[in-house]
Amino acid sequence: MSKRVMLIEDEPNIIEAISFILSREGLAVETHSDGTTANDRLRAVGPDLLILDVMLPGKSGYDILRELREDAATAELPVLMLTARGQSRDREMAERAGVSAFMTKPFSNSEMLETVRSLMARVT
Amino acid sequence: MARDTLTGSRIRERRNILGMKQAELARRASISASYLNLIEHNRRRIGGKLLLDIAEILGVEPSVLTEGAEATLIASLREAALRADEAGAELDRLDEFAGRFPGWARLLAESRARIDTLERSVEALTDRLAHDPHLADALHEMLSTVTSIRSTASILAEPGEIDPDWQRRFHRNIYEDSARLAESSRSLASYLEAEGKAAAERGTPQEEVEALFEAADYHIAPLDAGAAPELVAQELGAELSPTARALLRRAFTRYAADAEAMPLDRVMEAVVVTGTDALALAQRFGTDPARAMRRLASLPRTAACGPVGLAICDASGVFTFRRPLPDFPIPRFGADCPLWPLFAALSRPMSVLSRVLQSAGRQSGAVTAIAFAQPSGPPRVNREPVFEAHMMIAPSPPRQSEPAEPVGITCRICPRVSCPARREPSLLGDAAQQGF
Repeated sequence: MSKRVMLIEDEPNIIEAISFILSREGLAVETHSDGTTANDRLRAVGPDLLILDVMLPGKSGYDILRELREDAATAELPVLMLTARGQSRDREMAERAGVSAFMTKPFSNSEMLETVRSLMARVT
Repeated sequence: MARDTLTGSRIRERRNILGMKQAELARRASISASYLNLIEHNRRRIGGKLLLDIAEILGVEPSVLTEGAEATLIASLREAALRADEAGAELDRLDEFAGRFPGWARLLAESRARIDTLERSVEALTDRLAHDPHLADALHEMLSTVTSIRSTASILAEPGEIDPDWQRRFHRNIYEDSARLAESSRSLASYLEAEGKAAAERGTPQEEVEALFEAADYHIAPLDAGAAPELVAQELGAELSPTARALLRRAFTRYAADAEAMPLDRVMEAVVVTGTDALALAQRFGTDPARAMRRLASLPRTAACGPVGLAICDASGVFTFRRPLPDFPIPRFGADCPLWPLFAALSRPMSVLSRVLQSAGRQSGAVTAIAFAQPSGPPRVNREPVFEAHMMIAPSPPRQSEPAEPVGITCRICPRVSCPARREPSLLGDAAQQGF
């Protein structure tokens, strides 16, 4: 059975591109674009990896991540965070919220794939 | 040294300005030079006819010699001294300095005021660079679009076949994203150019909007006549910065909605009966007190009720609208008095608070303030409302039975000695006595 990746991002063309390259890797990709209902959707899908944008409508990626880490069911879920702000304080905020990996936009597809493979390797 | 005992110093100062010898002034005033010397060193009191004669000889009003420098000048100098206390300015000789060297004193006070303005400009510019939401949004938009283009172009550039459907879709995405990128970069460039050109000459965007309302005397006639708020904002706000124009559009949209719910001609008739009673006016029009307050504050000068003041703040206490009254100034930089019912209303939403207020230390009359806080938008499921508070200020009727509550304008110039809300020492008293 394919490993499942959930992508929470509000930019439709980024969603299409990332979905394409991850699907080509043999991963099952589920996408979602609304911050407010993201956690409910996550629990329903139960992915092996979450790719999470920081700036989302309704709720920020940081808030979603904090809530995930407080929930025993998702506390250990690998999370790759995407942001257009790459300053050290943004990285610190993501680390404090419990991120597994952090990528600054614009990233390359190879960087994305490498990071996803590395995080997936941790999933038993 | 008390100010009224410095008359002699002021006589000497004025005589020196005129280049008149002490002996000549003494002769013309029919007194001995040694007696004038004692007067000029504040060792003999002077009054009555002699004072009038000397004032006439020196070409000034007697009050200039007896009252000396303006109280505001003294207060400004005191503030300048306290802000640079390491300089060791002799505060106990402040009056003497202002009385003997009024020109230098004014120069010092004006320089201090100029430094304040410049410091605030620097603060506003720094803040804008760090927290400008328009800039942050524009950059985020551009980086997201670039990410999409880069990722999609990489897929298309890779060797090997791609399903024709996907290929078409990616080509379309790149085309759309490139158009978006062109638009957002053009918009960002013009925003930065406009901001760079004008930022140093303006205050914050909020202040730009306030200045426009003030220039219009808070009454925007085209909106009352039913003109579209976007068009009026475009016309009246042509010279404003992009952010200020956005704020103006929002303010005018609200104004237009208020004008539609409470048409000007009917309000002008109603206030003949209701006066500044915002609650009575709200009931007549079946609307909320906040809208009635805004409407009262936007009436032309000819309205029967006279002008009222209005302060609107968001839930964090930051002003989003200010219309001060001569008897009730509202500080521009937000360091206002925490005792105002405006802030109490935020903790008691949907209750109308009415208070008679007397500004401490001001000679002006009492004012009546009514404050009301309500959610700033429609209810949303499972969301806490965000409140906004309004406070309307109107001169109190002469026979006001309710005792006035002493409040300040801002701690810095408030003389109240014992105040639980004080957040910083006043310039007008001893810091230790004020609990610092």
